[in-house]
Amino acid sequence: MHGEAIAGIVDRVIARYRRDSTCMVQILREVQEACDWIPPEAIDRIQAVLGVARAEIESVAGFYSFLYLQPRGRYRILFSDNITDRMQGSEALLEQLCRSLWVEPGKVSEDGLLSIDRTSCTGMCDQGPGMLVNNRAITRLTAVRIEQIAELVRNQRPLNEWPAEFFDVADHIRRADILLDQPMQPGDALRAARERVPSDGLIASNMRSWREGLPSGIGGPAAMLDEIKRANLRGRGGAGFMTGLKWEACRNAPLKAGQQRIIVCNADEGEPGTFKDRVLLGSYADQVFEGMTAAAYAIGAQRGFLYLRGEYRYLLDALNATLNARRKANLLGRDILGIPGADFDIDIHLGAGAYVCGEESALIESLEGKRGTPRNRPPFPVTNGYLDQPTIVNNVETFAAVALIALKGGDWYAAFGTRHSAGTKLLSVSGDCARPGIYEYPYGVTVRQVLEDCGASDTQAVQISGPSGICLSEAEFDRAIGFEDIPTAGAFTVFDRSRDMFEVARAYVHFFQHESCGFCTPCRVGTSLLKKLMDKLHDGHGSPYDLGEIEKLDKLLQSMSHCGLGHTAGNPVIDTIARFRPAYEKRMVHDQFVPAFDLDRALSTARQMTGRDDSQAHLDVEQGRSA
Amino acid sequence: MSQTFTIDGRVIPFEVGQTVMQAASQAGIYIPHLCYHPAFKPNGSCKLCTVKVNGRQSASCTLRAQSGMVVESDTEEINAERRMLTQMLFVEGNHFCPSCEKSGNCQLQATAYHLGMMSPHFDHFFPDRAVDASHPDILLDFNRCILCSLCVQASREVDKKQVFALSGRGIGTHLIINARSGRLADTDFSLADKAAQVCPVGVILKKRTGFAVPIGQRTYDQQPISVPGKVAEEIRHD
Ligand SMILES: Cc1cc2nc3c(=O)[nH]c(=O)nc-3n(C[C@H](O)[C@H](O)[C@H](O)COP(=O)(O)O)c2cc1C
Ligand code: SF4
Ligand code: SF4
Ligand code: FES
Repeated sequence: MHGEAIAGIVDRVIARYRRDSTCMVQILREVQEACDWIPPEAIDRIQAVLGVARAEIESVAGFYSFLYLQPRGRYRILFSDNITDRMQGSEALLEQLCRSLWVEPGKVSEDGLLSIDRTSCTGMCDQGPGMLVNNRAITRLTAVRIEQIAELVRNQRPLNEWPAEFFDVADHIRRADILLDQPMQPGDALRAARERVPSDGLIASNMRSWREGLPSGIGGPAAMLDEIKRANLRGRGGAGFMTGLKWEACRNAPLKAGQQRIIVCNADEGEPGTFKDRVLLGSYADQVFEGMTAAAYAIGAQRGFLYLRGEYRYLLDALNATLNARRKANLLGRDILGIPGADFDIDIHLGAGAYVCGEESALIESLEGKRGTPRNRPPFPVTNGYLDQPTIVNNVETFAAVALIALKGGDWYAAFGTRHSAGTKLLSVSGDCARPGIYEYPYGVTVRQVLEDCGASDTQAVQISGPSGICLSEAEFDRAIGFEDIPTAGAFTVFDRSRDMFEVARAYVHFFQHESCGFCTPCRVGTSLLKKLMDKLHDGHGSPYDLGEIEKLDKLLQSMSHCGLGHTAGNPVIDTIARFRPAYEKRMVHDQFVPAFDLDRALSTARQMTGRDDSQAHLDVEQGRSA
Repeated sequence: MSQTFTIDGRVIPFEVGQTVMQAASQAGIYIPHLCYHPAFKPNGSCKLCTVKVNGRQSASCTLRAQSGMVVESDTEEINAERRMLTQMLFVEGNHFCPSCEKSGNCQLQATAYHLGMMSPHFDHFFPDRAVDASHPDILLDFNRCILCSLCVQASREVDKKQVFALSGRGIGTHLIINARSGRLADTDFSLADKAAQVCPVGVILKKRTGFAVPIGQRTYDQQPISVPGKVAEEIRHD
């Protein structure tokens, strides 16, 4: 591609984003969609047009896995590398495709046509193994499908000519409860909330919104907030913070001149094993947007964002169409539902392959067009969020629940679930079970019940809430899902007795190492050291000494890390050591410390270069021999 | 009247808005730190300055002081973890102190001494990082970069140049130079820049001054890094 053509592409993209450098991630992503990578000429042009230093641009681009500063080929194939993909045979399929197309994993083919690599969980665990081709999701890979893909790539067929069924994504809703089973027309919830006011009376949680002249009408902002509080709604993104309190803090945060309040829907859904937000955005998008709009009323926000993980790029067009339909129906835009001053609209920002951007302050940095590094807190987003403005960040499922509460009322909602966990929870069930998919349960359901319903048998362990969550063994299956016992963002990954729990933990450790943002020392270096230790055990150089090292590292990660990623990065190992110690003991082949360094293996490059493999070219040290 | 909190039992006065680190240095108490520099907004990334408040650990350079806070800092438990952090920084890069021009003036080395680090403990990563000797007056030896961001801040905020930025992610995080070639010679960087003075380790080095002061007579050869105020002073005189 010539410099001029590239400049033309860059100019068009930048114009679409109104020359706004806070949209840098979006600009880079779209330039790459057109150019297949981000060539230096594109950076020259962005620098010239936006006046942003090139080092800044490269600094942002370098952070995201899906943005390339080096050519990666016209077909960029990424195999989803969650443990469930591996259990479904992804590694063999990756090898098959590499062999078929003559390319090494992680490298670009000689002719520059393609690259094949691995990526973190793409959120298709219920229909894996999955892959992304140029950010489009493909599901249900089989050896046959891999051969077809190889053929299509070899013949350089454009993606939109590939068989449509490759891109099918099923919802697999196996159990629906109050949330998934509630038919709702666009606007229903907002209208219901407005109508309820006269009968319920206006219970203002605080009067500031009235003083500030926030739009009233849909139950009045304060009444909407009261419904959420009465519903006892807690965040569904994992931490379970009281949604009403968060909103109230945001609404009470003073605005500086020219500022407004911001609503962010967190659809980064990067935790391996979770995919319920994908289903909500695929089939319940109106409800999610309606929840965001209700939130906007409650706190007086005018601007909203949906931060959609790059892996869900395939949902973008449909989501934009839904937004447009809502604008046409006066459910977004100015004077929503005819209420003067009720102005709110939503933009969609796509992520570009960074799990840490699910952390709310990192997400906001990314929304501002920067590297996704978690901020120092306080201050918190509710007072100093997007562009320093008061911001609430909530999970997709939280907003879907908000719409339901607006429709049916807070008291109605609070009657479901348990005392401290009102309502229902969507679980993303995958792994060793007959019916993987989405299960909605009232809080309080036991792990055993879920296992029974999804057709799991001979279950050894369940990983709940993904690698950053908790690993349970059979003795704990009577424990209940809920904030009182086992809080979860929704992942529910089942492992039967044929699985090696050490390998499960090792895969999760690799995930954290890959996704560490690199900002703070303990996590940046600690996750790499942990990975090395797990690989050392895997390679048969382990001794009890290494277990002690793992425990020390885990403690350091927990106490010194900057954000939740580092705090939880040791969980999978600590949990599995506690519950499945034999899986580790099997690897302690030595009782004394053994270095991870293998002298004989270190010589393999020299052997390869000299073309020798005779006994003289090997070291016959007792522990030097590779197995 | 100013308010107070305690660090390891000592009463520390502070002004509202100050961080624990600021109040501590004012009171002459040393809390180990590498990415903190009094002239810049705290980064909070190296985590060396972590202290314990109400059983929770937190970086003292970003933690706002509050009246009545009970802060633990110089305890064996916290120092052991800080020591591990210095070991991590040593193995992550390539640090060969005996042949490093910064030896004796290096804050990483001095902090490691202060914390009693006797060995790197972990296996070395031996990263492959090229040296940039393109600039007529300055040598960049990325092998020693601890990603503290101080040069990035100094260049952006004081020199108004943006010569440096961090790129990459995770263990692949690295310093980049604001030039299409990626070379320092192709930037407007100069010896007079603030960014040329702030590196706590031996990355940004003045050429042709090597070993002018013999090892043994350098800043931290004379006095340990914990002598209060020494860090800021060294930065000023460098
Ligand atoms: C490393 C990391 C990743 C996270 N990923 C997500 C995510 O993908 N989706 C999400 O809703 N919350 C995620 N969170 C939690 C968010 O920081 C935040 O608490 C949440 O979005 C708040 O929404 P809620 O109150 O509705 O749960 C993550 C947190 C951390 C530390
Ligand atoms: S804990 Fe990990 S992900 Fe979080 S800030 Fe530190 S390096 Fe980044
Ligand atoms: S070069 Fe020096 S000042 Fe700059 S980030 Fe690296 S260690 Fe810090
Ligand atoms: S000095 Fe506080 S984190 Fe580095």
